[in-house]
Parts: sequence; C-alpha cells; structure tokens
Amino acid sequence: MLLLFLLVLIVPALLSWPLGLAMTRLIDPAGESGYSRCSARFFSKIGGEAVIEEQEWKRYLLSMMIFNVLMFAFVAIVLAMQQWLPLNPDGKGALEASLIFNTVASFVTNTNLQHYSGEVSMSYFSQLFGLMWLQFVSAATGVSALAALARALGGKKTVGNYYSDLMRTTFFVLLPLALFVALLLVAGGVPMTMEGAAVAHTLEHATQTIARGPVAAMEAIKQLGTNGGGWFGPNSAHPFENPSFFTNILECISIVLIPMATVWMFGRITGRMRDAVVIFSVMMALLVFKAGAAVWFEGAPAIALSSLPVDVVSNLEGKELRFGSGAGALWAAVTTATSNGSVNCMHDSLNPLTGLVPLVGMWLNVVFGGVGVGLINMFVFIIVGVFICGMMVGRTPEYFGRKVETPEMTLALLTLLVHPALILGSTALFAATPLGAATVGNPGAHGFTEILYEFSSSAANNGSGFAGLGNSSIPWNIATGIVMLLGRYIPIILPLAIAGSLAAKKPVPVTAGTFRTDTLLFGIIILGSVVFISALLFLPVAVLGPVADHLTAIIH
Amino acid sequence: MKTNPLPNIYDQAKSERRQTRTSSIFERKLVFSALSRSLVMLDPRAMVKNPVMFVTEAGAVLTTLIAILNATTGDRHQLYTVAVMIILWLTVMFSNFAEALAEARGKAQTDSLKRTRQNTVARRVRDGREESVSSDELHEGDRVLVLTGETIPGDGEVVEGAAMVDESAITGESAPVVREAGGDRSGVVGGTRVLSDHIVVRISVSAGNSFLDKMIALVEGAIRQKTPNELALTVTLAGLTLAFLLVTGTLWPIGKYFGITLRVPTLVALLVCLIPTTIGALLSAIGIAGMDRALSANVLAKSGKAVELAGDIDTLLLDKTGTITIGNRQATDYFPIPGISRERLATVAMKASFGDQTPEGKSIITLAEKTLGIKGVADGAGTVVEFSAQSRMSGIDFPDGQSLRKGAPDTLIKYCKNLGGNVSEKMQGMVDDVARKGMTPIAVADGKELLGVIALSDILKPGISERFARLRAMGLRVVMVTGDNPLTAGAIASQAGVDDYIAEARPEDKLAYIRKEQQGGRLLAMMGDGTNDAPALAQADIGVAMNSGTQAAKEAGNMVDLDSDPTKLIEIIEIGKQLLMTRGALTTFSIANDVAKYFAIIPAMFVLAIPGLAVLNIMHLATPESAILSSLIFNAIIIPLLIPIAIKGVKYRPMGADATLRKNLIIYGLGGVMVPFVGIKLIDMLIALTGLV
Repeated sequence: MLLLFLLVLIVPALLSWPLGLAMTRLIDPAGESGYSRCSARFFSKIGGEAVIEEQEWKRYLLSMMIFNVLMFAFVAIVLAMQQWLPLNPDGKGALEASLIFNTVASFVTNTNLQHYSGEVSMSYFSQLFGLMWLQFVSAATGVSALAALARALGGKKTVGNYYSDLMRTTFFVLLPLALFVALLLVAGGVPMTMEGAAVAHTLEHATQTIARGPVAAMEAIKQLGTNGGGWFGPNSAHPFENPSFFTNILECISIVLIPMATVWMFGRITGRMRDAVVIFSVMMALLVFKAGAAVWFEGAPAIALSSLPVDVVSNLEGKELRFGSGAGALWAAVTTATSNGSVNCMHDSLNPLTGLVPLVGMWLNVVFGGVGVGLINMFVFIIVGVFICGMMVGRTPEYFGRKVETPEMTLALLTLLVHPALILGSTALFAATPLGAATVGNPGAHGFTEILYEFSSSAANNGSGFAGLGNSSIPWNIATGIVMLLGRYIPIILPLAIAGSLAAKKPVPVTAGTFRTDTLLFGIIILGSVVFISALLFLPVAVLGPVADHLTAIIH
Repeated sequence: MKTNPLPNIYDQAKSERRQTRTSSIFERKLVFSALSRSLVMLDPRAMVKNPVMFVTEAGAVLTTLIAILNATTGDRHQLYTVAVMIILWLTVMFSNFAEALAEARGKAQTDSLKRTRQNTVARRVRDGREESVSSDELHEGDRVLVLTGETIPGDGEVVEGAAMVDESAITGESAPVVREAGGDRSGVVGGTRVLSDHIVVRISVSAGNSFLDKMIALVEGAIRQKTPNELALTVTLAGLTLAFLLVTGTLWPIGKYFGITLRVPTLVALLVCLIPTTIGALLSAIGIAGMDRALSANVLAKSGKAVELAGDIDTLLLDKTGTITIGNRQATDYFPIPGISRERLATVAMKASFGDQTPEGKSIITLAEKTLGIKGVADGAGTVVEFSAQSRMSGIDFPDGQSLRKGAPDTLIKYCKNLGGNVSEKMQGMVDDVARKGMTPIAVADGKELLGVIALSDILKPGISERFARLRAMGLRVVMVTGDNPLTAGAIASQAGVDDYIAEARPEDKLAYIRKEQQGGRLLAMMGDGTNDAPALAQADIGVAMNSGTQAAKEAGNMVDLDSDPTKLIEIIEIGKQLLMTRGALTTFSIANDVAKYFAIIPAMFVLAIPGLAVLNIMHLATPESAILSSLIFNAIIIPLLIPIAIKGVKYRPMGADATLRKNLIIYGLGGVMVPFVGIKLIDMLIALTGLV
C-alpha cells in the first residue's frame, strides 16, 4: 500500500518538474526562439494576424469565450445528428435534447459529468470528434487561462494570445503526451479499434454483446486533461478502460501529472519559482492528507458488516477486486483533488467518512485542481489570505509587488461566492423539493449526500458521480448543465480580471517591511485560508451529509 | 531664559488633553455621551454603511417581529426567542457604542484645542494707528501688535520684532520658543501667548478659517470618509456576510429534507455568530482611534487616508539639522590659508556675518569674539548681502569698497576666480579635509582674495543610529537631506547610519529626489517648514509641515505637527502601521472565532432529528438552546471586551514583516480559535446555573 502511495503521488511529482519546464518552453516561448517564430508563422497561416497578436486580458477572455461558444455549438450539432453521421457501426440513435445540453456543457467545461453511458448512447464519431475533441481543447483552455494569469502577475500589460496558447497547448503538449500514454495503455491491454461491438457466444449458449472501440485514445486524454469522461459508463472500473494493476497506476499518475506541472509553469512564467514551490507544497500536503484519510477510512469494513459474523478487513463494496479497497480509495481522493472525476470504484459505496474525502476535494477544488484552473482557484484564496494577513504586518497588503485594494477584493469575494452559491443553492433547491428528494437512491443523510455530491461535482467541474442518484432526468440535466457552465467560466473570468487589475498598478519595491510570499509561513497562511474558508462554507452540509451518515450508522 | 507662566486656560487645556490620552478607555463622562449616541445610530440609513452590522440589525428586527407575533399566539419557545432578540439588539448597540466612544474621545481632544480659539481683543495697526478690535473681526492681511503677556489673536507671520512665545496650548511643550521676523521661524499660531518683547503679526487667515479650525472639523469626523483599506476590508466583510447568508439561508430548505423545520431565531443566531460581527462592529472605531492617536501625538492629519498611508511609507526624508544632529551647527575652528593670520580670518568672518541672522552666522560671531577677545558689534556701516539659495553666499559691502563674503567653498572659489583673484591650490585640500571629518567648511573671502575656511560642526543626537537600525528592521530607508557638501554629508551619513543622503540640497533637489523615488514605486514621507519646502511637501506621499512653519508649507502637506518635532515622522509611521495591524488582527480573530461557534450551534440545531450528532457537542454544552444562546452571548460580549484593543491599537514593536506576522497570527489566529471554546463553555455553565433553558 505504501508503495502504491509512493508510485501514485511521488512519481508524478517528480515527473511534473521537467514537464513544467517543457510546457513553459512550448506554451510561453521566448519571442526570439526559432520555435516561437515558426509556430507563429504556422498559426498565422491558419487564422491570420488575429491568432498571434498580443492581447490584453479583456480581449484574451473575449477570444476564449468566442471559441468556447463555437465549440459548444459545434459539438451540440454533432451529438444531435449522430444517427446520420459516419463511424456509427452499432447504429446508435438520437439523443434527448436536455441530455445533449448537459453532455456538451459537461465536456466543454472540462467536467465530463456523464448522464449517459458511452457504450449505450454514443456513436464512435460523437465520442471521437465531439467529446474527445472537447477533452483536448477544454483542457487547453484551462492551461491557457493560467498562462495568461501568470503573464499578468508577472507584470505584463498584454497576456499573450488565446488562440496561440490554445493551439500550442493542444498540439505540442497534450497531443504528444496523450499519444504516449495511449500507446502504453494499448500495451497494457486497453482496446483500440474502430470495429463495432463484438458478439460472443458463451458456453451456456447465451449471446453477449461486448462493447468496444478506440478506447485507449480517449482514455489517455481523459486522464491527462482532468476530464474524467470515460468511453464506458463504469469509467475506469470497466476492464476495457483499466484492465490491470499496471494500467491503474499509469492512469492514476496521469490524473495529477499535468495539474502538478502547471504549478511549475506558473512559477516559471511569473519568474517566481520560490512561490511556486510554496504553492506546490501546500497542494501536495493537502493531497497526501486527503489520500491518507481516504485509504485509512476505507481500510475499515462497512459499519453494516462490522456487527455481522463475517471476516472482512476492509470495505470491498463497489470495488474492483483486481485493484482492492486501497487503490479505490486512493483514486477517489486523487480524482477529486484534481477536477478529473474518473472513477475506478463506486463512490456511493465508500464508507461515509471516505465519501467525505472526495466531497472535500471538490469543495476546495485547489488541490492541484483542474488543469490550469486549479491554480487559478488557488490564486483567489491566496489573494484573500494575503489581504487579511497582510494587514497584520502594518502595510497595505500586496501580492507580487502589487497592492491588493478594493477592486481586487470585490472580484475575489465574488469569485469565492460562486462555488458555495452553486453547490448550496442548487442542493437546497433539489433536497427540499421532489426534484431531488424523489430521485435519491437511499433515504436520510446518505440520500442527501447523493444530491450534494452531484452538485459539488458539477460546480467543481469534476464530473465524478456518487451514483445511486436517478440523475438522467430533464431537471437534473438542465440544473447540472447550468451549474457546470457558471462554475467554469466565472472562476476563470473574475480572477483574470483581478490579475489584470493588479498588473495595471505600479510595482512596490520589496523591503524588510514587505511580507514575503515565498516562505513556509506563507505556505501555512495559504493552507489556513483554503481550509478555513472552505470549512466555514461547507461544514454544515458536511455534517448533515457524510458525518450524520456515519454517526447514524454507528448508533443503529 | 526660564519662564514660569502662570496657570491659565492654556495649561488647563493642555493638561486636559494629556488626561484624555492617558485616561482609561471607559471614562465615565465619555461612556455616557457615547451611550446616548449609540441609540441615535440605530437608524438603518446610517447602519447600511456597515453591511455586517446592518445584517445583524435586520436579524434583530426579524426576531423582534417573531417575538411579537408569538406573544399573541403563545409559543413555548417564547423565552428563548426573546433572549435571542435581546442579545441581537445588544450586539448592534455594542457596535454603535464602540464607534461613538472613539468619536467622543476624539472630541474630548479637539475640545481642548478649540478652547484656545476664544475671542481676544486684538490691537490692529492701521495707517500707523492702533485700534482695538475683536479677534473674530480680523481679516487676512491685517497687522496686529501683540505685547508681552498678550495672546496672539490669529494665525499669521511675524513681520516686525522677535519674541518668546508660549505655544504650550497647542503643542503641550512648556518651554517657550522664539518667533521672529524673517526666516522660517516667523509663523505664529492664534491662541498662543507672547511671554517677552512685542511683535507685529500679519494675519494670514481670516477668523474661523484658520488651518487649525479646518483640521479640527476634519478630525471630528464631520467629513469622515472611508479610507482605501477600510473600504477594501468593508467589501471583504460584506462578501463574507453574503457567503454566510447563503450558508444559513440554504439550511432551512435542507432542514426540510430531513423533516426539520428550523426556527428562524435560531437561523438568525447562527448567521449573526458566523458573520464577522467583531471586526464589523469595531472597524469604524479603529479608524477613528487612528486619527485620535495621531492627535495624541500632536499631529493633525488632514484625512484618515493620510494616517493609513503612513503605514506604507518605505522611505523617510529627514533633514539633518535638528533631526539627526542636535540643533544647529556651531563654528568650531579656523583653517586659514598659509600666509593668512587666524585673526584676520576671524575678523573678516565676523564682519561678513553681521547681517546673518541664522544660528550658524551667530555662532561665527561668537567664535570670533572668543578668538579675538572683543565684542563684535555691527556699526551699521556697510550693506548686508543676504544669503539666497541661488547665490549660496552672504556677506557685507562697505562704502570704502571692501567687500566681504562667506559661503559654500565651491561657490566662493568660483566667485573669486571670476573677479580675477588667485586661489591657492591648497584651498581645495583644506576644504576636503574639513569635510571628511564630518564638519562643514565655510569659505571666507575679502574681495577677490580667499582667506581660508571656518569649520562648522555637527553633533549627532544621542541614540539616533540605534533608532535608524530599528527603522531599517521595519523596512524603512532613511535619507538624510542636508545643504552640506557631499563629503561632509557622507561623513555624517555614515556616522548616523542612514541609507542615503542628498547633499548640497536645494528645495528643487528634494522635489526631484522624491519624484525619482516615486517613479520606482516607493512611498516617501518628509517633514518641512519653509515656504520653499512646499512643492516637496505636496509631492511627498506623506508631507508633514511643522506648526512653526510658514502657511504655504502647512497648506502643502497632508499633516501638521503641532510640536514641530522632526523625529515625529517615525511616530506617525508607527501609528499608520498600528492602524492596519489592528484591522488585520481583529479580522483574523473574528473569523477564527467561527470554528467554536460551529461546534456549538450545528449539533444543537440538528441533534433532535439526527441524534448521532450529539458526538460533535465536544464542549458538552447543557442544552441545544443554551448552546445557541452561549455562542450568541459570546459573540456580543467580545465586542466591548475588544474595544480597548480597537482604540489603543494592537501592541506594536518595530521588527521585520515576517516576525510581526508570525506573532500576530499566533495571538489573533490561534487565540481566535481557542478563546471562544473557553468563553462559550463558561457562559453555558452560567446559563445552566440559572436553569432557564
């Protein structure tokens, strides 16, 4: 177990360093380098001057929104017309309108909340050119937004060009990396074929339809880009997505690799590697704590079983026996720390307190988080921490040499409010009305947790499901779709506005009176700010959901 | 020169202000006036400026309505509802009281200043005749004669004569000061008293418009505006309040899912406990108290913004004379050019200084008298050539053509060369020698012949270099400004331990230096008194004018130091830092408190429906009702308990930012988490004793 722990957490941490360097070189090249000029010439041939010229943060955001709206429309059309499009060997039919809205919102926002089962509903064309395409560009959008934020905080008035960043990230970072991981997965036994479902005749003379397809291709970017939307409904619990212990480790590493590397990229672009080390350490500490807690809680058998005369050492309900309870709990922690959301076990069956771990991950949403956006979320917590603690040194608080004043705090607080507003507001609405209360799979606190989890996952753009919930209905499709869209774009737009506002200020020189942001003390402040603010916002629902679930089970 | 002014209203006013400074926070007279004012402040139109307390007041109103409704229908929880209602109103009152008390303390200080503004009879001089008028009929430009023992009727400038003036009513300093015509010590303030001689004062502002009048109005808060940091903090607190409204607001429908109908008073209690009422209640008091502390230090700030900005200052421009060195330089030695006798140098230097009223000039005469053993008296012959910033020399021209000059060596060397005189090559060496020893060389010339150098010496103030070391630890740079040449300046700078110096500084050099540093993002503070300091005072981020300085200087700066004490800048910066630290500390404390409150209230709210939650009642509070009431009472009572910190400010010791932060985080962050656990438990035990709930 310890070895697994090391492999899944330490290996990606080590790999993230060179990857962060490579990403910086590829996404934010020095203007004079041959690569920079070549790629710029190539891009301008595709899209003209507009895709290479330097943009201010407002234009950058505008370009981002235009592209995302276009992608939304494009994929919505692909899904709506899948029955008439090619690459449909199994003859998949039309999709329901609200499911199309939910699915497109889910993939364009890097959430991959799947209210459908891929092998049942989607044609190969939809999976590859609709959903997988979005898995690439939505991840690239997150990385680009972070690059822009870092440039602004580094003091630049222009923050790069969205289209250039998007293309560089997609073609030069994600594509090669995904290709590499996909090849390893194929070697590990993940299918990669364009043929339709196989039909097998079993020994009992029954006929079985075995779904398959170009799984490895999607699997790679699904893990790397914090997407989490699998080819099959059961996601990485399905033996074709994740056949062995080896692929399990490979996929687990892929979950955190790029989110970790983006921290180093941030440090390099801003020119503040020491700050990046502090931020990375805080995230790492939270991740180790979460993963440790999950594995620990899941090491105990379910309370319902503990009083029975059976010999069980851990909670194996809802687990894949080829991975075991530890690997399941570890994956659950990692996939919700980042906003990946793929699963290799059923979260609904986790012990109640283990189930709290993924929830906490999604509430914080900064433990490496989604590619790019995790660090952007962290930036908001940092600003709030800097402001409150910064005053205690007796100066107007400043971050990266810029004073944090009313405009920045207004935007930061608004950003901070979005996440709890979406989660608590929609959970309250669905829990108090039959919309949600009638769809839960269990009564009481566990059922409440199912609702809470679904909206937390949507707002955090995580996409993992707690299962047990009858969520493929029109109200759920529409509500989670809206929550995903708001939970994605507001927390990108407002922080970039903060960075833009900071960049416009005159830098303050560093003196002994400046409170430093690259020290252990500051690490503790960031940690405190994240844990404290999130705890104050989500403690009541945590108590009413998983904690009450656990305590009630103990009493009965 | 010791005078013993009889006790009068000025001394009385001064001692009153001293008393306010040192008296306990909750002085009876002030408390009563603050209490009555807190009632007036309940007006929601005024409360809305403070979002946290506005929400609290709204909660109190809501609970009151419920209590009234329940009174008609009868409700078994009526006692609990009424208790919540009372505590909520108390919370709001405590907040108002804190602000009113801070205001009352400020008023008590300005009242004593205003008492010096009483009407006096003035002797207006018009067309050579003297007439008696009331001081409030005086207009700008009027000339008034003030005799020994009389009160100066208004702000102005001495245009004739010199006198000892008792300024204790304004400054609190009992030693009288000299005010004389010409130069930078000509400013006098209305309400101060002439102790000896008589002077003619040109009134510079009409009655009621004086600088002090305007500043008092500002301090009293008639025009109080939120400062930038206060505004940013208010926005932050409003955001947190909104977040907690969301948290508590959604609990009601979520409760429905569990089949619980949460009582509104309980939800309001949870909300008020969670929103940062502690800092919300004390925020304005902290700001007002910052201004008051500045006033206690005898500094009048033109706005609260200026006091707050003082904390951000990273560079101090300090005049050498009077700040870094004691008083004025004294002539201490002669260095004649070989072939010139000491006596000749002394005689010429003395004669050249006859028209020089500066202390340096006078010290040259004193030294010459000692050296020559004669009494140097100007015989009235000759025309005095005044010193000007442009010519940088002064002297005297006699009718017989003899022309004596003294001044900066380089200027005088150039001057003699222009007249065709020979300048000994030894001269430059002597000048450098003197300068290198930290003394100021003054060259003396008779006609076109350079005679030698007089050395003026500086004496460092005791303990000044230790003080600068402390400033450096706080991250402040000290820049010494001096008219000395670079060598002298460098020597004194290294003795005193300043970071940089501006030598041979003309007013425009100061201005240029400030502009240059501001380009690099630095914030500068300086102190000045003369009219020619005005542009630099206006340009500096914090410009402190000395009260003894000219009107122009006072108008240009954003603060006035009534004591005219050049080291006051350091104190002002400390006040600014303390202001921000107090805000940060109480905000941290306020938010940290929420942890304990959650542990008290959440189990209490849901324990009936979900019995397992009893485990979370880690404080073992008696009943759900007492848990909620204890949290609410703690939340209210912590406000008056923290008023002393809000008004006096958190303890400030000059040290590096990280050390300060660590200390405050432990006290107010960690302490903020722990204290309410103890407090709530204690209150709960008391409530359990009464047996009411």
